[in-house]
Formats: sequence, C-alpha cells, structure tokens
Amino acid sequence: MMLPGLLYIIVMFYLPMLGVVIAFEQYNPIKGIFKSKWVGFTNFKFLFQSDALFQITFNTIVYNLIFIILGIGLSLVIAILINEIGNRFLAGAYKSILLLPFLLSWVVAEYLLFTFLSMDKGLLNSLLAQFGVEPVQWYSEPFYWWFILPAGYIWKNVGYFSVIFAAGIAGISTEYYEAAKMDGANKFQQAIKITIPMLAPITITLLLLQAGKIFYAAFGDWGMFYNLPKESGVLFSATNVIDTYVYRSLKSMSDFGMSSAVGLYQACVGFILVLVSNFLIRLYDRDSALF
Amino acid sequence: MIKRITFPNFLLNSMFMVYCVLCLIPLFVVLSVSLSDEQSIFQSGYKLLPMKFSLDAYAFILNGNSPILRAYAVTIIVTLVGTVLHLMISSLFAYSLSRKEVKYRNIVSFLVVFCLLFNGGLVPWYILLSKYLHLKDTVFVLFIPYLVSSVNVLIMRNFFTHTIPESIIESARIDGSGEFHTFLKLVLPLSTPVLATIGLFTAVFYWNDWFTAALFIENGKLYTLQFLLQSIMNNIAFLQANSLTAKAALAQPDETARMATCVLSVGPIMLAYPFLQKYFAKGLTLGAVKS
Repeated sequence: MMLPGLLYIIVMFYLPMLGVVIAFEQYNPIKGIFKSKWVGFTNFKFLFQSDALFQITFNTIVYNLIFIILGIGLSLVIAILINEIGNRFLAGAYKSILLLPFLLSWVVAEYLLFTFLSMDKGLLNSLLAQFGVEPVQWYSEPFYWWFILPAGYIWKNVGYFSVIFAAGIAGISTEYYEAAKMDGANKFQQAIKITIPMLAPITITLLLLQAGKIFYAAFGDWGMFYNLPKESGVLFSATNVIDTYVYRSLKSMSDFGMSSAVGLYQACVGFILVLVSNFLIRLYDRDSALF
Repeated sequence: MIKRITFPNFLLNSMFMVYCVLCLIPLFVVLSVSLSDEQSIFQSGYKLLPMKFSLDAYAFILNGNSPILRAYAVTIIVTLVGTVLHLMISSLFAYSLSRKEVKYRNIVSFLVVFCLLFNGGLVPWYILLSKYLHLKDTVFVLFIPYLVSSVNVLIMRNFFTHTIPESIIESARIDGSGEFHTFLKLVLPLSTPVLATIGLFTAVFYWNDWFTAALFIENGKLYTLQFLLQSIMNNIAFLQANSLTAKAALAQPDETARMATCVLSVGPIMLAYPFLQKYFAKGLTLGAVKS
C-alpha cells in the first residue's frame, strides 16, 4: 500500500534534488542533464556579479520579516479580541469573513487590487480626486509597494493565522483565567500573562513554517509578488524576490543553468534563515525548537 | 442568556465590522463592475455601485464557443480528478506509515519529512516534468505534480495513529479481512473528518492553481480558469478571439467582461463557502496544532 506514495515522492521530490547539478552545467535542453557541458562555478560567478542578486535577496528577507512579524502579531491580537466578543454568532461570522480571502487566488487578488489602484478608473484615485489630489500612478512608483504588498499579505493570511490561534485559545483551561480574576487581573493583564505565553508553542510552529517557506521555491506563496504588481518592470526594485526572479529567468530567458544556480542559492539562504530562527527559538525555549 | 451591551464590546464589534467590510469591499467592487454598462465604466471609472446596470458582460463571455466555458471544464476536471487521486494515494501512504508492523516505516517517514526541509528547486522540477516525463502541454501536468504533499501525509498519519483504535484493526484481521479490505471498509469510514478537510484544501488548491498552467501549458484549449484570468488581465484579446471584425471588437465590453470572468472564477468558491467554512476552520487547526 505504501508503494504508490513512496514511488511518487522519490520521483517527484527526490529526483529534482539530484537535478541541482544543472546549476554547474551549461544546460542544453536537447542533450539533457547527463550530457550537457560541465562549467563548474561559472553560473555562480555571473550570478554574484549581477546587481539583481543583492536586490532580490534584500527584498525576500525584508518582506518575509515584515510578513512574519506583522502577520503573526496582528493575527494573535485579532484572535484574542474575537475571543472577547460575547456574542458567539457574531464572533463566528467575523472569523468566516476574515478567512474568506485565504481561499482566493493571487490572480483574483490582482483583479481586486486593480479596481482600487487603476490609474484612470480606480476607486482610490477617484477618491483622491474628491479631495483635489492629483491621481497617483500606483503601478509605476516602487515606494508604494512596500506598503501594498504587506497589506495584501495581511488581507489574505490574517484570517488563516487567527483561526489557528483561536483554536489554541479554546484549548486553554478556563481555570487559569478564573484564578487570574480572583487575583484581580484585568482583561489586558490576562491576555499578556496567560493567553500569549500559552500560545507560544503554536506561534513558534507558525514562525518556523513561515521561515521555511522562504526557500520553498515554486511551492511557496510567492504568487503575490508576481501577480499583484502586474509584472511592471518599473516596480522591480520593490517587488522582485528570489522566486519571481527564478520564474522570470526560466520563462523568458530559458537559461536553465543560471536559474538553477539562483534556485540553489535560494535553498542555501533559506536554510540559513531556518537555522537562525531555530537558534533564536532555542534561546527562548529549548523544547520548541526543531533541532 | 442575554448579555448587556457594554461599551468596550460595542467598540470591539464595530472594529471587527469595519475590518470585515474592508475584506469584502474589493470583491463587491469587482461584482459591481461586472454588472455595469461598459460605457459608464469608460466614462467614470470603477464605482462601488453600478451606475447603469447591465448584463452584457456575462452574455458576452458566456456565448457559445467562449474560452471561459472551456477553461471551466478543464478546471473542474482537473480539480475533481486531482483531489480524488490525491486523497487515494496520500491516504494509502499515510495509513501504511501509521501501522507499526510495516518495515522501514521510520526511514520512509524521514524521507517524507525531509521533503519539507529541502527541495531541488523550480528548474530541475520543470525539466523533470517536461523533458523526462513528457507532460508538457497535456492535461495530466495540471494535477500529477501535486498528488502527494508531505504535510498532508503527515497530518493523515497522525490522524490514523491517534484516532483509529488498534483493536478494531486487529479484530478485523482475526475475522479474516485483508489489509486492503480493512482499510477500505473500516479505516476510511472512520476517517471522514480528515479526508473531508484535506480534500477541501486540495480542491481549493487545484481550483486556484495558475502557476502550473503558466509553466507548462501553451495550448489554448487546456487553459485553466486562473491562467485564463491571468492572461486576460494582460491581454483582453483572449476574449475577443471569436470576434470577426474590428467593428464588432469595438462594441464588445472589455473591462466589464474582464471583471465578469473574475466573478465567474470565484463564484463556485463563494457559493460553497458558507456551507464549507466550518470544515475549513477545522482543517486549519488539524494541520497546525501538534498532536
């Protein structure tokens, strides 16, 4: 019974791992992996000389930091606040509405965003016009995207994280809160002293999962960086991340060796990030760390 | 029990209501644009409410041989076949990993976990599927790459180990039931919660997947909904493929047809969501909280 699944992961997950040798080849699609010319570190030399590398690494790391801190922090607050709402029907309704964006694809999100940001027809510009402000070209000014992308991330993911946190809160024994009430702790103190520490294991699991996603080339959640800015080249300084870079170089240049080298570089950066976050978690709580 | 409406609670509720409205407004705008008259959009841009109500866009994109109906068919087939196969292979795999008498199960479990930590990257994966498995431009490539996911296998394995009582399987064996029969007749019916949630998430994943089609599909007949949507965003000509004269093209709704396509692609999810959201919430917590 194990056979189909085992064969599947070997072919689909483990064979590509061997394929990283392409990074050291001048890959020729006709000759295939085994017969292409071996070029050693040439691909990496080109990569490290290009200006794009620093930019995509910087963007990837900074965005992920923003996402992790803002996303998880905000979800935690929302989960605690929803828990305080007495009316269970309303609380349930809020949770389901917040979760809804999680089910939509980034392509759909692109459409949604476009209705707001379109230069001549968008809602935002017509709103600005009412206040006599000149229309803004959202799709050609990189600076705005440092805010738009995190907002998009939060819109899509906060519901998902807060449902997880809410489940964690539901699992906390009510005795703690009763004891705290006896001691005269108010809601805020209860949240700081009981709820948040009790949720630490879930928070840490989520943190590690999110950190791990960074080096999940192709399978991570990078559709946002690709779709929301509508492929606008002017915006690359604020929207290009490692994943979109690999995808574009594969799609447009078909330079397999080069994009494979970026992929390998990404795996290494991601691995270091996981090690760092694991180290930080170990400092805080040995038991919750991965290794 | 009637609760008094207190001021903090009122504040909390209004805060959440504002947030929910913010979550939903973009969807509402797309809907209202799709229901507007093309001329009014052209003159005054996107509006929260349709200035002039019109169903032209829907009539236009749903006419006889439109690419959208085809994309719908492709997406539905891929979603159905993919989800069913995913559940079959993954549950068999996870079940065998959960049985203690299976040899080498620890090694195989490690192989599954390792996929979470490292992968070969986009390029080797692309080459494997297109050059060695010859899946490029076939309908199979749309579901085959995602038939097993290590996270789902681990979730299912945990479920099987913790909720299926050992004694049931043993008693079945004493009654002479074969392994496969036991799995089908006893284990699967007891596992509907985990199957339902993982099935739902897989289905949503397949429905929302634009990336696989973008990489592997060139034949316009195999476009999935999301990929079609993405192409339309960049190039409205897709919708006008069947217009014969330039004059007819002028009369066709552009903007509204775009948005109507978007509405149609989200439609099924939006319609099913109220009934399914309980399972979604459960599924999320199933995946995140360690057992």
